[in-house]
Amino acid sequence: MGADHHGPAKGLTRWLFTTNHKDIGSMYLWFSFAMFLMGGTFALVIRSELFQPGLQIVKPEFFNQMTTMHGLVMVFGAIMPAWVGLANWMVPLMIGAPDMALPRMNNWSFWILPFAFTMLASSLFMEGGAPNFGWTFYAPLSTTYAPPSVTYFIFGVHLMGMSSIMGSINIIATIMNLRAPGMTYMKMPMFVWTWFITAFLLIAVMPVLAGVVTMMLFDIHFGTSFFSAAGGGDPVLFQHVFWFFGHPEVYIMILPAFGVVSEVLPTFSRKPLFGYSSMVYATASIAFLSFIVWAHHMYTVGMPIAGELFFMYATMLIAVPTGVKVFNWVTTMFKGSMTFETPMLFAIAFIILFTIGGLSGLMLSLAPLDFQYHDTYFVVAHFHYVLVQGALFAIYCGVYYWLPKWTGHMYDETLAKTHFWMTFIGVNTAFFPMHFVGLAGMPRRIPDYALQFADYNMLSTIGAFITGFSQLIFVVVVIKCIKSGKQATDQVWDGAHGLEWTVASPAPYHTFSVPPQVR
Amino acid sequence: MAHGPSGGHQAYYVPESSKLPAFATAGLGCTILGAANTLNHIKQGTGGMSWLLPLGFAFFILVLWQWFSTTIRENMAGMNSPQLKRSYVMGMQWFIFSEVMFFFAFFFALAYVRLLAVPWLGGEGDKGLANDLWTGFQATWPMMQTPQEAVEASGGAQLMAKNATFIAAKKIVDWKTIPLLNTALLVTSSVTVHFAHTALKAGKRQALTIWLLLTLALGFTFVGFQAVEYHHAYTELGLTLASGIYGSTFFLLTGFHGFHVCLGAVMLTVMFLRATTKGHFTPEDHFGFEAASWYWHFVDVVWICLFLFVYIL
Repeated sequence: MGADHHGPAKGLTRWLFTTNHKDIGSMYLWFSFAMFLMGGTFALVIRSELFQPGLQIVKPEFFNQMTTMHGLVMVFGAIMPAWVGLANWMVPLMIGAPDMALPRMNNWSFWILPFAFTMLASSLFMEGGAPNFGWTFYAPLSTTYAPPSVTYFIFGVHLMGMSSIMGSINIIATIMNLRAPGMTYMKMPMFVWTWFITAFLLIAVMPVLAGVVTMMLFDIHFGTSFFSAAGGGDPVLFQHVFWFFGHPEVYIMILPAFGVVSEVLPTFSRKPLFGYSSMVYATASIAFLSFIVWAHHMYTVGMPIAGELFFMYATMLIAVPTGVKVFNWVTTMFKGSMTFETPMLFAIAFIILFTIGGLSGLMLSLAPLDFQYHDTYFVVAHFHYVLVQGALFAIYCGVYYWLPKWTGHMYDETLAKTHFWMTFIGVNTAFFPMHFVGLAGMPRRIPDYALQFADYNMLSTIGAFITGFSQLIFVVVVIKCIKSGKQATDQVWDGAHGLEWTVASPAPYHTFSVPPQVR
Repeated sequence: MAHGPSGGHQAYYVPESSKLPAFATAGLGCTILGAANTLNHIKQGTGGMSWLLPLGFAFFILVLWQWFSTTIRENMAGMNSPQLKRSYVMGMQWFIFSEVMFFFAFFFALAYVRLLAVPWLGGEGDKGLANDLWTGFQATWPMMQTPQEAVEASGGAQLMAKNATFIAAKKIVDWKTIPLLNTALLVTSSVTVHFAHTALKAGKRQALTIWLLLTLALGFTFVGFQAVEYHHAYTELGLTLASGIYGSTFFLLTGFHGFHVCLGAVMLTVMFLRATTKGHFTPEDHFGFEAASWYWHFVDVVWICLFLFVYIL
């Protein structure tokens, strides 16, 4: 139990042995940023090769490894751990809990990740190279024709799954069990609500991912034939099980974004969130629908027409709760006395650009049209709009919003706005032209392309490099903010409400040891 | 002190720091790295760090032992408030839910191949064109001839990428033999573990010991019979992992279930030893036991589904 009032221990062991939700949250966030830079570097290799038609810089085999590793690292290493980091930092503060429900397991969930990703990254140096079958690792590319490193990949996925499941169990137990007295479910902040539902999705689908990689493992090493028609199996089975995980997975990456934006908009509009309860129900509806739409990723694989129709209509239905959300966000801002600090800029950009991504998603949901768009750059444009301009923008939004609470200093607003605008210009330059080359028929995951796609690809590459190097501004902002800056008040933003703004800035090492009373 | 959402708020014990998670990562990491290395060593002859698997695993078990001992010590020292105990309860409940979803993936695969993929391969429905590639293949379940064998039997005119050999079973396990017996054993053990729980709540230590011992005996007998069944399948029925999709689904579903029965039996053994040698558990406070019994009921329910969908239907 230690001394009377305990601060953090000193040195490396503080981080290795910590049970503190703030320490663990910070570790998640730094880890995720490191992975973001690594995955970003892979992306720049891809974009460099695609700067011009023809093969210039890398061999096709290596190009395949880059697209695969870029996807895996960004999804499992950058976006997901960033959300878990934000949940670790903010959920206990927002519900008035002393820490996470199971603090030791919390630290274990984190430390598994660096190990898993070191193992995954080391596959780049193995004989036969890194995984090269795309981040969706479709069989038989990932089984019969996979490089030997696939075994390490499979076990790496198992580790990431364990980490996510334990992290989610922790978050659910925290939210269900550790809310301050008086905080009923329908008084919970939206970020807590969205994470509550996200954690449920994670516990439901990460085991399914574990199941599908286990089938791969047995097909590769033990002679089973899950994904081999010669033995009566079916490669399409892989796609069904994978996307049963994969579709909820993309909502796992975006639901917490909805939560952050729903926190930030009211603060800088100086109005309460419009339609709180409809936001909660919309989030729950999206989560439910995510389980019955998986095969919209597989329209072209050869499904019976009844399947195509069911999955098409179910997918289009998702636009309804999502529309409710966008409407509520816009209405929250309506007639508000708005100011445009960096978090607000990211939030507004999120609404506009995520909606573009949502609309291209609606186009892709239409089975007859998808036959043209499938596996083209249009799909790449779509999911980068929802994951970069959507999830990543919301992560930056949240980080800027809560950074003064974490460090006790205001960040450099000019530099932060520069980071925002550079990123905004960079990502749109990179991803918007992909819609056009995609509609014109440029296939994804190919290192070379026909001459008519050259101009837009050059533009995309320039945008990617602007984006990449702009992130270095973010590093400067964060380091400056940790070291110095104007002292932040407890409330930080004058429109901010909620328990996290009642504690000191920087938040003390231990908060809410005695739960506050919520009215 | 004020009241929380679902009961009282006492001081919530947050351990100051702990070496356990870091060591657990080291143990788990070495286990996983060793497992991958060993598998690739067998297949390609690369690697050769096969000692890492047993070493890592032993270390991992040691850390888990320490971890559970610590939590038991903390609870016995009265450090766990009712609120903290609820966290452990929720942790176990959601863990079991994640296990349910793991099995769901394999039942999903079974349903998909039986209802769709295999009939399509046999020429049925609007995706029956697949049969053109596998001429002579008849869709039956259980699958007594794999598509590969069917093509070879019918002259094997078409080019076929032969990356592996799948030879169907000559016969399958008759559900009226060992599986039926095993069902009886496991269902009974679910009842006996419930009686053990009732006895514990009534403070009858002797009855607890007897019922728990009986449960363990039934559980281990189940695993023993399962081993006999596997041996029979491999040596006499020709039913193996490589028997096409029937063998794949059969062995992965029953195998993972058997693995979970072993895990549950280990949990219950620990609970038995805690109850008999250490005198742990009181009629009011025995969540360790309760969690293990929940797990046991869970593997029982999975077995009922297996018995129905894998063996009978």
